[in-house]
Amino acid sequence: MSFTIARTVEDALAAMATGARPIAGGTDLVVGARHGKAPLPSALVAIDRLRELKSCERTADGVSIGALFTHHDIETHPLLTTVYAGLADGSALVGSPATRHVGTIGGNIMNASPAMDTGAPLAVMGAEVELRSLRGSRRVPIEQLWTGPGRTCAEPDELCVAVHIPAPGERANSAYLRLEYRRAMEIAVVGAAAFVALAEDGTIAALRVGLTAVSPTIFTGDLLGQVGRSVADAAAVAAELSSQQATPISDVRASDRYRRHTVGVMARRAVEAAARRAAGETIDIPVNRAIGIGAAS
Amino acid sequence: MSEQIHLHVNGVDYPVTIAQERNLLSVIRGEIGLTGTKEGCDDCECGACMVLLDGQPVNSCSYLAVQAQDREITTVEGLADGQALGMLQRNLLEAGGVQCGFCTPGMLISATALLARTPEPSEEQVRIGLSGNLCRCTGYTKIVQAVQRAATELTAG
Repeated sequence: MSFTIARTVEDALAAMATGARPIAGGTDLVVGARHGKAPLPSALVAIDRLRELKSCERTADGVSIGALFTHHDIETHPLLTTVYAGLADGSALVGSPATRHVGTIGGNIMNASPAMDTGAPLAVMGAEVELRSLRGSRRVPIEQLWTGPGRTCAEPDELCVAVHIPAPGERANSAYLRLEYRRAMEIAVVGAAAFVALAEDGTIAALRVGLTAVSPTIFTGDLLGQVGRSVADAAAVAAELSSQQATPISDVRASDRYRRHTVGVMARRAVEAAARRAAGETIDIPVNRAIGIGAAS
Repeated sequence: MSEQIHLHVNGVDYPVTIAQERNLLSVIRGEIGLTGTKEGCDDCECGACMVLLDGQPVNSCSYLAVQAQDREITTVEGLADGQALGMLQRNLLEAGGVQCGFCTPGMLISATALLARTPEPSEEQVRIGLSGNLCRCTGYTKIVQAVQRAATELTAG
């Protein structure tokens, strides 16, 4: 194996152009290699010292989060924990404090696990991923990024440098929660995110739901038919549709039947929580703890 | 490929020549000879191998040693007060938070990081702060109490 440390983004892109793979926190890459899931790449370029990828800035139409922003950065960021609350819900559930301090949003997205906790909230918020190579830069809607479990549409020389999320607008917010058996170092059994915009009379103006760990990639859908209906009605429909459209697998953590049922429950709760936030209520990050999912301490 | 790198552990500079795929844990224990940091699951689950990297907790079993070069690494040995126990160590012992002791170095590292960013943690915050560390002996209660005692001692000055 060869290993270099990039001092600039251009260093990293040049190394990737010759076949090196990027490493930041290594929480997926190194752990996966030690599991025998995939050997370490023959050439690695460490990108974790690239300061310019560690920022989080408001933009004219939302927020831009550098690829090296960690889950800990996200779960403690004043803007992300309020306006983009669903993302903070997801990051706050990842691994343990040690995982959250080194694990990055860029790594979570590009690892493309169907069970990733930031994927569903980013998808329902309409996020775009910025990919850069020596050949140039492009933005990809995040749902188009994932092409299968562990696979993305990024070319081997493209580095994820940022995630851009549009501002939710007035009376709109998001929430993400997951079913888990323990409260640390857990992977979502199933999860659901919702983005809800409310009309002035409190009915649904926009509703989008994203599902975790029930299909080869994060599953998302617009529930256009729910516009104008009450939050309670829309949440019930979201639950039913989520269970219907999920195509989960059975594995050591749950059977497909159990996942199909519980993802509906998660979807209903995600819609309810996002709607409460959209109406101005503050629910602590992560929603999972606030509504008591997971064993009590 | 082997490479000579410098690791700064507990304020001391250690030049080591290692294969680039070596994990930080094996280098700290095997090359540098500081064996306070433990290998538990060797799979990023149990937290026994935790060290501080520039003040932040990291599972050293799953972190490449070459990635830690020129950064400040703190192991459990670095938490002692000279030859005496550090404040957190003493509280853990006095509260009965140590039984077999295998998880203790990792617990101390997590607790150190927690108290650095949250000097007066609630019980819930202590439990979240220690949530990456498994203990199969104590049932956690006395470890949580020890961290709370240490926090009280710290804030009382």
